[in-house]
Amino acid sequence: MKSLTDSGSAATVENPIAGIDQTKGDFTYDVAYEFDAGTGLSERTIDYISSVKKEADWIRAFRRQALQVFQSKPMPTHWATRDLENIDFDRIRYYLASGQKPKRTWDEVPEDIKRTFERLGIPEQERKFLAGVEAQFDSEAAYSNIKEIVAKQGVIFVNSTEGLREHPDLFRRWFGKVIPTGDNKFSALNSAVFSGGSFIYVPPGVKVAQPLQAYFRINAENFGQFERTLIIADEGSEVTYMEGCTAPKFSTATLHSAVVELVALKGAKIQYITVQNWANNVFNLVTKRGLAHAEAEIKWIDCNIGSRLTMKYPGVVLKGRKARGEVISIALANDGQHQDTGAKMIHAADETTSNVVSKSISVGQGRATYRGQVHIPKRLRGCRNNTECDALLINTNSRTDTYPAITVRGDRNSIQHEASVSKVSEDMIFYMQQRGLSEGQAMSLAVNGFINDLARQFPMEYSVELKRLIDLEMEGSVG
Amino acid sequence: MASLVIHDLHVSIGDRPIIKNLSLTVNSGEVHAIMGPNGTGKSTLAKVIAGHPDYTVTGGDVLLDGRSVLEQEADERARAGLFLAFQYPSEIPGVSIANFLRAAVQARLPEGEEIDATAYYKRLYAKMDLLKIERKFTSRAVNEGFSGGEKKRCEILQMAMLEPKMAVMDETDSGLDIDALRIVSDGVNALRGPGLGVLMITHYQRLLNHIVPDFVHVMYDGRIVKSGDKSLALDLESRGYDWVKQELAALPA
Repeated sequence: MKSLTDSGSAATVENPIAGIDQTKGDFTYDVAYEFDAGTGLSERTIDYISSVKKEADWIRAFRRQALQVFQSKPMPTHWATRDLENIDFDRIRYYLASGQKPKRTWDEVPEDIKRTFERLGIPEQERKFLAGVEAQFDSEAAYSNIKEIVAKQGVIFVNSTEGLREHPDLFRRWFGKVIPTGDNKFSALNSAVFSGGSFIYVPPGVKVAQPLQAYFRINAENFGQFERTLIIADEGSEVTYMEGCTAPKFSTATLHSAVVELVALKGAKIQYITVQNWANNVFNLVTKRGLAHAEAEIKWIDCNIGSRLTMKYPGVVLKGRKARGEVISIALANDGQHQDTGAKMIHAADETTSNVVSKSISVGQGRATYRGQVHIPKRLRGCRNNTECDALLINTNSRTDTYPAITVRGDRNSIQHEASVSKVSEDMIFYMQQRGLSEGQAMSLAVNGFINDLARQFPMEYSVELKRLIDLEMEGSVG
Repeated sequence: MASLVIHDLHVSIGDRPIIKNLSLTVNSGEVHAIMGPNGTGKSTLAKVIAGHPDYTVTGGDVLLDGRSVLEQEADERARAGLFLAFQYPSEIPGVSIANFLRAAVQARLPEGEEIDATAYYKRLYAKMDLLKIERKFTSRAVNEGFSGGEKKRCEILQMAMLEPKMAVMDETDSGLDIDALRIVSDGVNALRGPGLGVLMITHYQRLLNHIVPDFVHVMYDGRIVKSGDKSLALDLESRGYDWVKQELAALPA
């Protein structure tokens, strides 16, 4: 019964980082789930999830209230794409798991799940360069571990289920505070049915040298993954978190709707790196926001290559004096994809600074949209924002839109905004071809050059693979 | 021994004929110069040889080592040993010269074979030393923000690294001051040798004082109308292109 259905082309196993090469993630193994909430969403779904997780009453109430908010909010199609209407919430499976407690060693992980992560190269990366790994398979983490040396410093790195159970006070203090349930329809949905995701706490002054990584895997068809991540960096601490994700390409749509909340206390630094490579039937509707206290720094590095539709606008609320927020984003929209991404910078204290650099590439019929929101109220002084959005179009029928909304009141703050749209010119391609590069190679070199300054900010392992993926995407883009 | 043979070539852009019955042979070891007034089809010739998609060959042939290249894409011709030094080289933002050349060298390797990075950089630095180019030059993005002289040096460096059998140099002297002209010419002269054939396209004689050609051809109205040795270039310099035009007019139609 546990047969391998290999729907993709030959996977390249030597790939050092999974989550980037899409052909690599396109496979699925049959798994016998012990826990299944069935299809459709009702109070019963929520009760089922709360019961199997043995949750406290307050969280059950929180979920129920969130369900009401979700049901009462309309789809945001007055500004967002009507493609959202194609999500059939009644056909989705909201909770699928083989158990609620992740294993601490790969040997203990059930064979049918372990081979998925081995094929994606996760245990290998963990040995090579990570301080801790959480591997989520559908609704729950199958594996979660942190290097002993990091744990000894008091760093907590568990999934949200464990976080709630074992660190309830810390969890509850910040949970839902950065992104309230009613922030948007999908944050409400996540609040109702969330499962998995990471809970991280870094004690004051602790600097975690190597990144912590989470890997999110969707395995089942008609499934919705709703992980919930909460990262708290206490005063003067530093942490880098990376997430990768893949799913096999099913004929039906899959939903991924996460909520990620970051809290950087005074002088803390959080860097959050995402390489999103969902199969291109996945609706990826994610709310991400950080709260930066005085002199703290939150940086989102966000790379979107997969999915059918991504809507994601990482934000930073600059709450304390001299806080810094940054969003660096790369989006690649190929045929059949819409990358609707951007950034939000909410200045709420003096001398806060924010920086947004967004680069998008539209290929073929692909569509890239940038939405930005920068808010600096009149009472503040010494705030600065810099926004740059550059779009590259590969074909004449590609599409890009930019919707920057910058509200700056008062005359004691400064902003700078630059936007550009460019095309890969035929002359440039001919020039490169004359040096011996094929048209596809020339295209991918042009695209890699376009994002080069941003790609360099990724950890080396990721930037190498980013380049590889772009090569793969561009090879298919020329006829 | 390589050869570039252009045989009864006819070329149009759309319906407009640009090159009319042009024939020319360049053998390796030889430097040919094509001179002529503006608008006579010189740059078109360079682009057609390299395989630019905007031009239509309506007759004749271009052969590299006896094999027609007309059915080949520009990149296949390049890998077969044809190099074009552009009059207006393109900028490639974000791609360093070193990485660009590395990709070009990699493209010449058999499929599945990876470039030896150490050997590549060793060879790159040797060529840069030969051409008296500073090391930091190749970490700049290809042609981005380059002066006219830097663009042409970048072309010569690429030519040195790719080691073509035949190089077509399109108006290599345009946009250069005297110092830059000398530097670029020294580079070309350093690459001259029995393994390389050069077809230099130029409007002015001054380049030929630095790169002395073995043969000089005058192009006019899409054809070669006169050929000779380097003294022909000097005649042109002193008497101007009108002299050629008058001679042509005197010929029976």
